[in-house]
Amino acid sequence: MTELPVEHGLLFAAALFCIGLVGVLIRRNLIFILMSLELMLNATAFVFVLGGALHGNADGQVMFLMILTLAAAEIAVALALVVHLYRRYRSLDADRLEAMKG
Amino acid sequence: MAALLLWIPLMPLLSSLLLLLAGARLGERPVALLGVGSVALSALFSLAAILSFSASDGVAWGIETLPWFSALGLEVGFSLHFDGLSAVMVGVITGVGLLIHLYSVAYMAGDADFARFFAYLNLFVAMMLILVLAGDFLLLYLGWEGVGLCSFLLIGFWYRQPENGYAARKAFVVTRIGDVALALGLLILVQQFGMLNIQDSVDQARQLWPGSDLAGWVALLLLGGAVGKSAQLPLQTWLPDAMAGPTPVSALIHAATMVTAGVYLIARTQGIFMLAPQVLQLVALVGAMTLFLAACSALVQHDLKRILAYSTISQIGYMFFALGTGAFSAAVFHLMTHAFFKALLFLAAGQVIMSLHHEQDTRRMGGLLRPMPFSALCFAIGCAALAALPLTSGFYSKDAILLQAYAQGGAGFAWWLALAGALVTALYSLRLFVRLFLGDCRTLPEPDNRPLLCWPLGILCLLALFGALIPQPLHDVFSAAPQAHVPLPVHLLVLAMPVIGLVAGIWLLLRHRDWRQAFATGALARWWRAGWGFDVLYDWLLVRPLLWLARVNRRDLADLPVQLLVWTSRICHQGLSRLQSGRLRHYAVGIVGGAVLILAVVL
Amino acid sequence: MTTLFYLTMLIALLAALQVVRGLNAVHALLHLIVALLALALLFFLLGAPFAAALEVIVYAGAIMVLMVFVIMMLNQGDAAVEQERAWLDGASWRGPGLLCALLLLELGYLLLASDTGSAGWRPVAAAEVGRALYGPYLLLVELASMLLLAALVGAWHLARALKNRRGEES
Repeated sequence: MTELPVEHGLLFAAALFCIGLVGVLIRRNLIFILMSLELMLNATAFVFVLGGALHGNADGQVMFLMILTLAAAEIAVALALVVHLYRRYRSLDADRLEAMKG
Repeated sequence: MAALLLWIPLMPLLSSLLLLLAGARLGERPVALLGVGSVALSALFSLAAILSFSASDGVAWGIETLPWFSALGLEVGFSLHFDGLSAVMVGVITGVGLLIHLYSVAYMAGDADFARFFAYLNLFVAMMLILVLAGDFLLLYLGWEGVGLCSFLLIGFWYRQPENGYAARKAFVVTRIGDVALALGLLILVQQFGMLNIQDSVDQARQLWPGSDLAGWVALLLLGGAVGKSAQLPLQTWLPDAMAGPTPVSALIHAATMVTAGVYLIARTQGIFMLAPQVLQLVALVGAMTLFLAACSALVQHDLKRILAYSTISQIGYMFFALGTGAFSAAVFHLMTHAFFKALLFLAAGQVIMSLHHEQDTRRMGGLLRPMPFSALCFAIGCAALAALPLTSGFYSKDAILLQAYAQGGAGFAWWLALAGALVTALYSLRLFVRLFLGDCRTLPEPDNRPLLCWPLGILCLLALFGALIPQPLHDVFSAAPQAHVPLPVHLLVLAMPVIGLVAGIWLLLRHRDWRQAFATGALARWWRAGWGFDVLYDWLLVRPLLWLARVNRRDLADLPVQLLVWTSRICHQGLSRLQSGRLRHYAVGIVGGAVLILAVVL
Repeated sequence: MTTLFYLTMLIALLAALQVVRGLNAVHALLHLIVALLALALLFFLLGAPFAAALEVIVYAGAIMVLMVFVIMMLNQGDAAVEQERAWLDGASWRGPGLLCALLLLELGYLLLASDTGSAGWRPVAAAEVGRALYGPYLLLVELASMLLLAALVGAWHLARALKNRRGEES
């Protein structure tokens, strides 16, 4: 395995996270929002694994497994919702879903 | 017997409360029984008190009844005081009040608000009794305000007509000005002496204030209050308009009792007034001028009740004149006789008005002598007493005033005015009688001779004739007036003046081709009819500027801070509302922005 | 080896950028898969083969496939690409871009300034992870299965409601 300065790894994760965040904030298409969300999740997962490797622990990977589970559950429900919404509103525009405004 | 005093005002008060709460559900008979019965009981107790007082050689009672409150180091209770002056007042209020209550049962029969009328009337009697029985300034002020309230309620009794409301408001506002002056005067007294008891305060003033300006100021303020309540110059404009109320109300409140409250006040605090001779002179002057002014106005009025209203103002002017010239007991004597014959006149006028189906304009009256002889008799006696024709009660009291005034101060400007006023009084009394009962019949009457209307009238007729014989235990209240000798010519002049007036009146009426037109036409008559232009003056001086100010301040500057609050909250609301766009992206931006801020702070 | 590391990181970041900038959904998805694979490689290089394998099998293999299914089902077509181009103009990048740049700076500062403890680099084999899962983290595994069950039921219900009401859908 390779040793590398922890800071670089963390910075990479932060950068990945922020890129995902930009995607969530900018995109109007629900699918793209979900994909950006995945990027953010992965960035955090990377930090956990990095931490686990840093301290020689299985804990990091266990947490990674949990994040994975979470992502799976989330994407399942989210996609079901997206399909539902598509049938209802005939578009994937997140801005159309503004019935709660005011 | 002292314990009985509390029940005198309490009976009508309780009755009023009961009628206010449950009167609408009772029939006319129970209401009448309650309303009249309470005043009758009160009259009974008053009689007992007066008799007991006279029997006990006229020693004044001061009794403490229930405690009220304690504040600012003062222990205030409902303390009552009874002396000769109170005796006279209480007798007049309950006696004449009872007669008027009886009359009202018939007069207001069939009115939808029968119970409310008696509730208010009883409340008024209770308040007036509190006023005259009060031993404390606070209780006096309570009664003062209470009668003002009842006057308002009763003038505007038929509130569905807006004009009645205006008249009631006018009465209230004008007397309020006087009330403020009274309150200031009382406050100064309390502040100076630290006590509320009237007698004690006046005694203290007698000891501490001779030579001080304070007595003059307080007396002036008290005069201000008296002038408002008693409708004297310059606050006399409300009384003619107050005739919008039912006739029994005009009889009780605006002839016999409330308007005499001012006279009572000055008589009560005469100790202070004696310390300020200039103010006393002012009192006399105000009385004399009002007397003459009102008499002239009464001469040219068309409305029956307005004639009587101006006549009341004029007669109270006599009382003030008497007070001002030191003839205190004469003033109170005239108060009593005036109550009798003025109530008689008002009630008889009510009978006439009812018989003519609510016709109040004298131009449409006439020739009622034959169809309504009883009313004619009442009016004859009343007008005779008013004009102070010999052997009526009014004769004795008015002559007492003029003679005692001469004895105290000689023949000054005020005295000649008062004398001239007697002449004019005779003139308008004659005119009133003649207009109503002589000549051709303009409106056909349907004489209303119900017993409940006629019996009180009959009793009042007797009182108006023989009321001067009622003894008045006033010698301990007022320091005995020095009995200066009044020269015989003056005596004769005073005696003869009303008769001269009567004769002059008859001559003038006979001389005129159409005697109905006498005293009615011409610019002078018009000006007098409008109350010597006081209403117009006040309108230009006070009402219009106030309305202008209200118009200018339409946006209400004082409301600005509150508006600011509203505006701010509305802006915040709109802002926050816009923030809730319902869009996911915007909310996400909010979350991220918040995170950035918090991290920045933490860093 | 270190160069491989940095290279993989670069690939991941570039792929991520393409995901965010992409106009075509399927293309973006493929870029996402590339990013995920790069991450898997990173895990492997860090001595966490179990994590790497899971990343490929579960994440890129199942989750992404699910997304592919849905995208295909929705069948947006070229019109969608045009719409995306219209939505994604330069102006819309400015605000969020600034915000995220700020966040990145802050995160960077925080992460660099924090103390990460003494280094003890060690590769962790799958067996060890397994032992941890069946040992101290047993409860966690059960909870994870509960979560998946909940997701299953939820997704099934939403899809089922859709089917039942298709006749009455407006």
